[in-house]
Amino acid sequence: MARRDRLSGNEAVAEALRQINPDVMPAFPITPSTEIPQYFSKFVANGQVDTEFIPVESEHSAMSAAIGAEAAGARTLSATSSCGMAYMWEELYIAASNRLPIALALVNRALSGPININCDHSDSMGARDAGWIQIYAENNQEAYDNMVQAFRIAEHKDVRLPIMVCQDGFITSHAVENITLLEDEEVKNFVGEYHPEHYMLNPQETMAIGPYSVTNYYMEAKRAQAEGLHNAKRVIKEVADEFAKISGRQYGWFEEYQMEDAEYAMVLIGSAAGTAKDAVDKLRAEGKKVGLIKIRMFRPFPAEEIAQALKNVKAVALMDRTESYNDHGGPIGAEVMAALFRAKISCEAVNYVYGLGGRDVRVEHIEEVFAELEKVAAEGTDSAYRYMGLRE
Amino acid sequence: MSYNFKEVMNRPERLAPGHRMCAGCGGTIAVRNVLRALHEGDKAVIGNATGCLEVSTFMYPYVAYQDSYIHNAFENAGATMSGVEGAYKALRRKGKLDETYKFITFGGDGGTYDIGLQSLSGAMERNHDMVYVCYDNGAYMNTGIQRSSATPMYADTTTTPVGSESNGKPQNRKDLAQVIAAHDIPYVAQTTFTRNFKDLHTKAEKAIYTPGAAFLNIMAPCPRGWRYNTPDIMEICRLGVETCYWPLFEVIEGKWVLNYTPKQKLPIEDWLVKQGRFKHLFKKENEYLIEEFQKEVDRRWEDLLKRCE
Repeated sequence: MARRDRLSGNEAVAEALRQINPDVMPAFPITPSTEIPQYFSKFVANGQVDTEFIPVESEHSAMSAAIGAEAAGARTLSATSSCGMAYMWEELYIAASNRLPIALALVNRALSGPININCDHSDSMGARDAGWIQIYAENNQEAYDNMVQAFRIAEHKDVRLPIMVCQDGFITSHAVENITLLEDEEVKNFVGEYHPEHYMLNPQETMAIGPYSVTNYYMEAKRAQAEGLHNAKRVIKEVADEFAKISGRQYGWFEEYQMEDAEYAMVLIGSAAGTAKDAVDKLRAEGKKVGLIKIRMFRPFPAEEIAQALKNVKAVALMDRTESYNDHGGPIGAEVMAALFRAKISCEAVNYVYGLGGRDVRVEHIEEVFAELEKVAAEGTDSAYRYMGLRE
Repeated sequence: MSYNFKEVMNRPERLAPGHRMCAGCGGTIAVRNVLRALHEGDKAVIGNATGCLEVSTFMYPYVAYQDSYIHNAFENAGATMSGVEGAYKALRRKGKLDETYKFITFGGDGGTYDIGLQSLSGAMERNHDMVYVCYDNGAYMNTGIQRSSATPMYADTTTTPVGSESNGKPQNRKDLAQVIAAHDIPYVAQTTFTRNFKDLHTKAEKAIYTPGAAFLNIMAPCPRGWRYNTPDIMEICRLGVETCYWPLFEVIEGKWVLNYTPKQKLPIEDWLVKQGRFKHLFKKENEYLIEEFQKEVDRRWEDLLKRCE
């Protein structure tokens, strides 16, 4: 039996965590993710979970303690944002290379500087090559649903990698929406007990973790890690299918919205998809063949499938909520263009940087982008790397 | 319980031979002797900060530890072990684990006094039931003898080299045991390798079996960094204690206890002269530097005596 509730994105994630009842949660406050450990501490204080909450003195220690706890055999997670994640950077790589299925509730926020507390994706996109699985949410419902699915994906024996469950700072983390929650028992049964194959607190055998690996072994270890990430693609789909059975909500690697006959398309991640869908509806009503691809799974990247989804479009806008400082585009731009090239699909592609530091994304902005795409398809362009919503 | 040297030394090694630490390394002596204080049958998780010890005792695919072991990074041995201890509590609470485990992590002075200080401070303040052991050899030895905040004044290191304008490290060493004692944790102690290792053994056992956070600071000479004749390690440690450079003390529930007072406090030259890193102090024109060094040792010793009154 599902139940309806009005929750912010942070509340929704905390609620999922209460239902999961993980073993250990080390966390440190940072806006806008602070509320997650805050709500969770309350569950601990009221005996609603029996998790060991470790109020560490920094995010670096949060991820360090998470690594220790997970290696010890405990289902572990943390939550953070922005600079907090940047401070974990070194540990993100260590968590992944040690094949520890830690979950991180990431509430996306701009990296400093200048210091800014609002949403963009510079934090998680900066960590895109750290070896973590990354899934993103458009709204509070998805933030909740992704959190419920996270451990099943990360802990799968063919994967064993940490997972970042991302949502947009303030836009979803603080905005309250009506969402549908699963019953506690349903979540408990879906997530299941954690039984790691090897762990440090196993009385039957010892385990050593975090070796010094000389050149003879390092490359094979990294390759094995890449295999795990490769397998995550299949597992994310399997877990989503199973989740659909209990929730009625079906997820995939990405969502296609009005793409069937689309001539102009937009690829993006996160909450801006909601606004973009409104723009698509409006333009469709005007007879324009426009559509949208919302990426849910950015790591691993579903390159082939996204390329195929774009094979009939005349022009596509690749929307990056971060600046890569490479002078020719952002991460979604780079990934999708590489995917199109490999699939020998040669539509026009324009990479837009938008929404930095919480800059508003409006329906009109999206309409303008589609108008620009039409122009690019007709006339070509020598500026395929642009900004949307910049004050000039 | 009375201390039986032979019995303690004959306990099974929990750090197996075959690791790649240097012959005569103080760090290894510290680890082996701390681990001997674990009661038979008690399981443990051993941690390391990155350093000589880690890269030499867990080089894939070989590990020298008989217990479960974790190395994470350089600056986070404290936080990492607090996660392990957190997992232990959670798994016990959930009825998934019955066995008793102890948690002991080792870091060099670089990973403890400097880059790992925040992580250590957090772990101590949260009072995790763990022991943090610093094997203090007074420099970043793994990267090639660079100064740390544990390096004694005037030591010649590769980042405080003696030169025409330099007499080695200009600053005094940080008194980390005092810093950690200020965290008001149940047990802090400073020790080194003296006589029959009773001091070290007793303190290790107390640290391991005192509930809550404990910190041990062990002076662990490094023959390469200190440039002494390797077999002289016990003599170097003895002189460290007899000159009051490295006093033996404990802080039990906030109460300072001096464990050893030399019958006759030896001049600091006796300790300095054995070590190549202080060679320049013994040039004729540098006598004043030894006087300065002595003053600092005296000042700290007097201060300690007051705290232990």
